[in-house]
Amino acid sequence: MSDSVDPMNSPDPVEQTHGPMTGIPALAQAVSERKTGVASSVLQRIRDTQPRSSRLPDATFRVLILLTAASVFAIVVFVVWELVDKSRLSLHQFGIGFFFGHNWDPVNGDFGAMPFIFGTLVSSFLALLLAVPLSVGVAVYVTEMCPIRLRAIISFLVELLAAIPSVIYGLWAIFVLAPLLRDYVEPFLAKTLGWTGFFSGPMYGLGMLAAGIILAIMIVPIIASITREVLTAVPQNQREAVLALGATRWEMIRMGVLRNARIGIVGGVILGLGRALGETMAVTMVIGNRPEVAKSLFAPGYTMASVIANEFSEATGDLYLSALVEIGLALFIVTLIVNALARLLVWSITGGTTGRARA
Amino acid sequence: MGVGIEVRGLNAWYGKNLALKSIDMSVAANHVTAVIGPSGCGKSTFVRCLNRMHETIPEARAEGLVKVGEMEVYGDGTDPVEIRRRIGMVFQKPNPFPTMSIYDNVAAGLRLNGFRNRKQMDELVERSLKLAALWDEVKDALHKKSGASLSGGQQQRLCIARSLAVEPEVLLMDEPASALDPISTSKIEELIFQLKQHYTVVIVTHNMQQAARVAEFTGFFLMGSLIEYDKTEKIFTTPADKRTEDYITGRFG
Amino acid sequence: MLKKPGDASTLKLSLWRRGMNQAANGFAIGAAVLVIVPLMAIFIYLLIKGVGALNWAFLTQTPKPVGEAGGGMANAIVGSGVILGIASVIGIPMGIGCGIYLAEYGRDRFGDLVRFTADVLNGVPSIVIGIAVYSLIVLRQKHFSAFSGGIALSVMMISTVARATEEMLLMVPNNVREAALGLGIPKWRTTLSISLRTASAGVITGCMLAFARVAGETAPLLFTAFGNQYWNRNPNQPTAALPLQIFTYAISPFDEWHKQAWAGALILIVMIVAAVAAVRITTSRGSLKGAS
Repeated sequence: MSDSVDPMNSPDPVEQTHGPMTGIPALAQAVSERKTGVASSVLQRIRDTQPRSSRLPDATFRVLILLTAASVFAIVVFVVWELVDKSRLSLHQFGIGFFFGHNWDPVNGDFGAMPFIFGTLVSSFLALLLAVPLSVGVAVYVTEMCPIRLRAIISFLVELLAAIPSVIYGLWAIFVLAPLLRDYVEPFLAKTLGWTGFFSGPMYGLGMLAAGIILAIMIVPIIASITREVLTAVPQNQREAVLALGATRWEMIRMGVLRNARIGIVGGVILGLGRALGETMAVTMVIGNRPEVAKSLFAPGYTMASVIANEFSEATGDLYLSALVEIGLALFIVTLIVNALARLLVWSITGGTTGRARA
Repeated sequence: MGVGIEVRGLNAWYGKNLALKSIDMSVAANHVTAVIGPSGCGKSTFVRCLNRMHETIPEARAEGLVKVGEMEVYGDGTDPVEIRRRIGMVFQKPNPFPTMSIYDNVAAGLRLNGFRNRKQMDELVERSLKLAALWDEVKDALHKKSGASLSGGQQQRLCIARSLAVEPEVLLMDEPASALDPISTSKIEELIFQLKQHYTVVIVTHNMQQAARVAEFTGFFLMGSLIEYDKTEKIFTTPADKRTEDYITGRFG
Repeated sequence: MLKKPGDASTLKLSLWRRGMNQAANGFAIGAAVLVIVPLMAIFIYLLIKGVGALNWAFLTQTPKPVGEAGGGMANAIVGSGVILGIASVIGIPMGIGCGIYLAEYGRDRFGDLVRFTADVLNGVPSIVIGIAVYSLIVLRQKHFSAFSGGIALSVMMISTVARATEEMLLMVPNNVREAALGLGIPKWRTTLSISLRTASAGVITGCMLAFARVAGETAPLLFTAFGNQYWNRNPNQPTAALPLQIFTYAISPFDEWHKQAWAGALILIVMIVAAVAAVRITTSRGSLKGAS
């Protein structure tokens, strides 16, 4: 550019008043020539020719926005800080043995978290066992087999499952699921599979089995929607390649779709696990709330989230509270790791965070 | 050995849209037949009807007589799965299975068909890769490299090997070289020339020079109809139909 | 080497493959049915049991003492409104601000970090958020309040709103921004009046989804808002909330309270389904208003 006059320092008033007007044609030309270097220098000129009064608001805005972004950090930092700080007492008192202790005795001040860890793990894995085949099955049905007209309805219905709050699941589980289990399912299981030891003992309806089932229903939408996403992301030419070799539809799904999507599906499953681990209300309402480790699924249990929900506001004494917070801290760390792992897996298939590349 | 293909009165629809209008064609065994025409003329649709891939698209269907050797493709009780095993297809964009090794890619069709014998599988994989002129380049990395780690031209030859492994009688190729660079293209064309000894090849191409180089017979499609079908030499030098002549000489297309 | 048709063993193999195909088909359909059935069951029970206990008294009265029939959840409905209002007033602007950052300023490593942190926040169990807010605010104030409950819920809204805002803003084509800048409009104005306006439909969707999600949350309110059997005009005191009330009633031994729990649940689900349905309608009937 021949006129290398610095707009901001030019004594020539013409430059100032013509600023925005000369900007547009130059910008249009630069953009159409795709010379980003030119465009950015033109943008620079536009910014420089703007009245100074907009520079301060721009800077203020930027700072404000930055603050909101930083607040997300701040929140996480606060959460971690409070968890660590308030669990210090218990950490100091019990050390690592806290997580192996079987005794939860608020009266005598002895706290061991093993029953809750056991309950959380068993209920979550039972939920996964039931939910994964169902979720993958629904996802496969919707993406590969379903008539097009049904597709929108069924996926809407599955998404609706995700919208139901936990407490309503719990309500339904107490008054509908548990009696069903107690009167029909558990006797049946005791008769047929009672010899395994997993289906024995008194049948209350409420207990580990009920918790596992209601959790399964709750995590199906998550796993199903991620699975659907990764199945749809498999390119059509992979399906055609398998069909062209002479494959049945199931074989095409198995070899051309599921196989390609398996990493993403695993990611979805892990995400579902993360959700199940932290689920509180529905589980609390049906698991029976007894801090014991038992083999039978009919027996009541207790999860990490449930014990906090039930006993936190009644906790007498600093040690009691601290023990509960420590359980919360452990829950936080576990779900953090599980969720991070899940996201990584899903992103590796769907190609990075949404919106990463600007159009 | 390849077989001939007899097509009589083939009609194909996308929903209510009639895309192929009563096609009659006799494809010679052990020869290469090219199918040419402007975009949207139905040449890909035609070829996809031969192995019943057309109907995999929702709302799409086809009717008519298609006989591959003794097999009636649209006969009552004919299983499309079996048809597709016996009529192989190679697509425009190479589509090897990214999660499988080179070996597993070629063996995929065999495994689908219940093949278990490891030794026989090894032999068949080697034979297919040799037929596809890829063996020398990959023989040391059969199990180590994934199908997607090869170059574009190699991927396409891998896809050809994969199709050949299930021992089809006919090989359909839908613009197999259009996504490839000129060197890979000429390798593929050389390959096609050799493949016709064993198979009947039908190749869709928008590149007229390619049809002239590779095919003995050529069919010219326009707006869903087969306008002219004859020896390639005749089509390109003294076409009978004016529309063919216009296309060949570049008046449209 | 591959068998030709007519060979008896091909037929047998085909039978197995055919059988597997049918079985897989059946399994997938069965899975779809098994998933839809509980959904239907829940809605049907909510409708039947909820409508039975729903009456004018329910919507206008506070809970009666145990043993007495009647009473309602009016205070819980209003309380939820107050808490959700506080949560939205805090959570939505923060979330939108964060989303603006991620879309307009944060296309670098630091932005990735913020994005990751927002996702982390999303995955934290709600009860853990409750603990944190309890010790941060409730312990210091020495009392429960709607205010602390609102803060706990706002934390949960931020990440949903932020990600939705980011996604929608990124869909606004760049030339719209450049046109505005080229006209001399400062960046902050461009972002707010042009980009955000263009993306507004999607951003509103994100906010509604976040709202629907926290409307049903109980765990974080357990030791922040805590609940209240009476009317409470002061957001700085323990306040009733609909999910809390449902929970308390459901686990109680009283039949009368069980009935009211169903009624409360019906109201809650109607609220949420309305929000979700509204989202569906606005997103499927054409997406971004104004974007090319």
